[in-house]
Amino acid sequence: MTAETVEKTPEAPVRPARPVRRRTGRGRTPLLYVIASVALLVMAAPFLWMALSAFKTKQDLTANPPVWIPSRWTLDNFTALLDQLDMPQYFLNSLIVAVLVTVSNLLFCSMLGYALAKLDFTGRSKVFALVLAALMVPGNLMILPLYVLMNGLGLIDTYAGLVLPFAAGAFGVFLMRQFMQSVPDELLEAARLDGAGEWYIFWRIVIPLVKPALATLTIFTFLGSWNNFIWPLIATNDPDKYTLPVALATFANDPNRTVGGGNGMLMAGSLLVVLPVLAVFAVLQRHFTQGIATAGLK
Amino acid sequence: MSLTTGPAAPQAAAVDKSPHGGGGTGRDRRGNRSLSKHNLTGWLFSTPFLVLFGVFMLFPIVATLLMSFTDFGARNVTRPLEAEFVGLDNYTRLFQDDKFLKALFNTGYFVVVGVPATIVLGLLAAILLNNGIHRARTLFRVGFYAPVVTTIVAVAVVWRFVLDPSDGLIVSLATEVGLTAPDFLGSETWAMPSLITMAVWRNLGTVMVLCIAGLQAIPADVREAARLDGAGAWQELRGITVPLLRPTLLYATVITTIGYLNVFEEPFVMTQGGPSDSTLTVSLDMYREGFNFFHMGYASAMAYVLFVVIMGITVLQLRLLKDNTR
Repeated sequence: MTAETVEKTPEAPVRPARPVRRRTGRGRTPLLYVIASVALLVMAAPFLWMALSAFKTKQDLTANPPVWIPSRWTLDNFTALLDQLDMPQYFLNSLIVAVLVTVSNLLFCSMLGYALAKLDFTGRSKVFALVLAALMVPGNLMILPLYVLMNGLGLIDTYAGLVLPFAAGAFGVFLMRQFMQSVPDELLEAARLDGAGEWYIFWRIVIPLVKPALATLTIFTFLGSWNNFIWPLIATNDPDKYTLPVALATFANDPNRTVGGGNGMLMAGSLLVVLPVLAVFAVLQRHFTQGIATAGLK
Repeated sequence: MSLTTGPAAPQAAAVDKSPHGGGGTGRDRRGNRSLSKHNLTGWLFSTPFLVLFGVFMLFPIVATLLMSFTDFGARNVTRPLEAEFVGLDNYTRLFQDDKFLKALFNTGYFVVVGVPATIVLGLLAAILLNNGIHRARTLFRVGFYAPVVTTIVAVAVVWRFVLDPSDGLIVSLATEVGLTAPDFLGSETWAMPSLITMAVWRNLGTVMVLCIAGLQAIPADVREAARLDGAGAWQELRGITVPLLRPTLLYATVITTIGYLNVFEEPFVMTQGGPSDSTLTVSLDMYREGFNFFHMGYASAMAYVLFVVIMGITVLQLRLLKDNTR
């Protein structure tokens, strides 16, 4: 914590504000790069520590002062982890839940988004108001009766129990509606005159035109599900149905976890949870930042 | 859900005020005949969402409220209708419960310190990366934004080791330069600031991305003019950047505040609320009362108190947003 603030605070108020453009501030630019690089290093330090520690031996893990680079690289932590925890199963659980949540959001949010953007029906404004209100409600408000409901339906420890509460989110509806409004009405009218049904228009005309929005929704929904913690924590008791974060947290808080080797396993586990996310993010980062910016400012 | 519910809220409200977008809709709204033309289709397209929404969101929201007026306990999980009505008992008890008051205080602490820190650092990162740096921008943006997308449980686990008092990274670094670092997570004074630091580290990327988008919407000649008038960096920041970014900054403040009011994972994984409840947040307290002790009626009251607080603060912030964008 100290290292963080100590490094961050001085850099912050002084320089970044200075507009460095062509003629004016050439001399300052290297300094700004130094500041940005130090900040980047601080931001990346936990990831680096995680990645390097996953390959450390017990001696390196407990070394004091700590060593960054493993003196001997080893896969022991990973093998021990796979030995003690059913990581492939947790991975599969996370993947199944995230895929199902994403697919259902894409379908149902697009459908309602289309109705709200392009179909004038009685009660439309009320439905839209409901969607907007839902955006404001924190998820924690629902989990208590949701648990009782899922328990009553016998859906605890099932994929359905993990998926259904997230199968259609208000954010997706809002996003799709915004994008679908930009589809020209003339296009839809022309198709209607040609005798196309609404489902055909939706599926064949509108959906292909809003692919960028679907990409954004896919990314956010998938990651939201992959990273979700509190509901899978509540909705699973059977370790066979744990998602990755639940398995990892359970392992991390397990008092029986052996101290030295256990830490290396935790780092290996964290790396396995985070790596797919970072990989997806690195590939799609443009969509991410655009998505945030669009959702925030449109 | 928390990841996706927050972000769109404020501008959603803003958009609602604008006239509905599509040309066809405006035309249709007047004539009743064309209005009913899409009635059936409209509702058919809405039904799947509305059913899921009704069962898994609307119903639980109402049920939480009803449960908060009952003594809903462990046995009621299987027999919910046998819970007894206790009026406002849960609520009056809450405000005499030192533990809850402490959780409320801690959550407030988290917001009051965490939100400004996140916004300021996020804004500065945005200015740095947008105006100061031209090469390797993508690398920097990815680096600053990466913590936002990573699984919080995994990074919390790592932070626990970074902050470990015996062989943690920071403690060892401090020792090396001759300083004594506190036992961050084991100290009542330091545990909360440690969690806040982690939250700031994690969330400043969101603010940064929003601010970069906002900065790019500021016309270059406005800055140019200010510079010609001899404005320094600080004057430009105060006189131009911040005022023109105000809607963005308020929006970022709203979503960050909502996120921090709900903070759960950091204390759950890193400190489990300790030491001595110094990092017990309202969400964590609610989770424990509800799912460890099965005091579900009581926990429901807690959820509603938090909800009312969130709504109150959000409405207040949105009002500011509205006033300032006029």
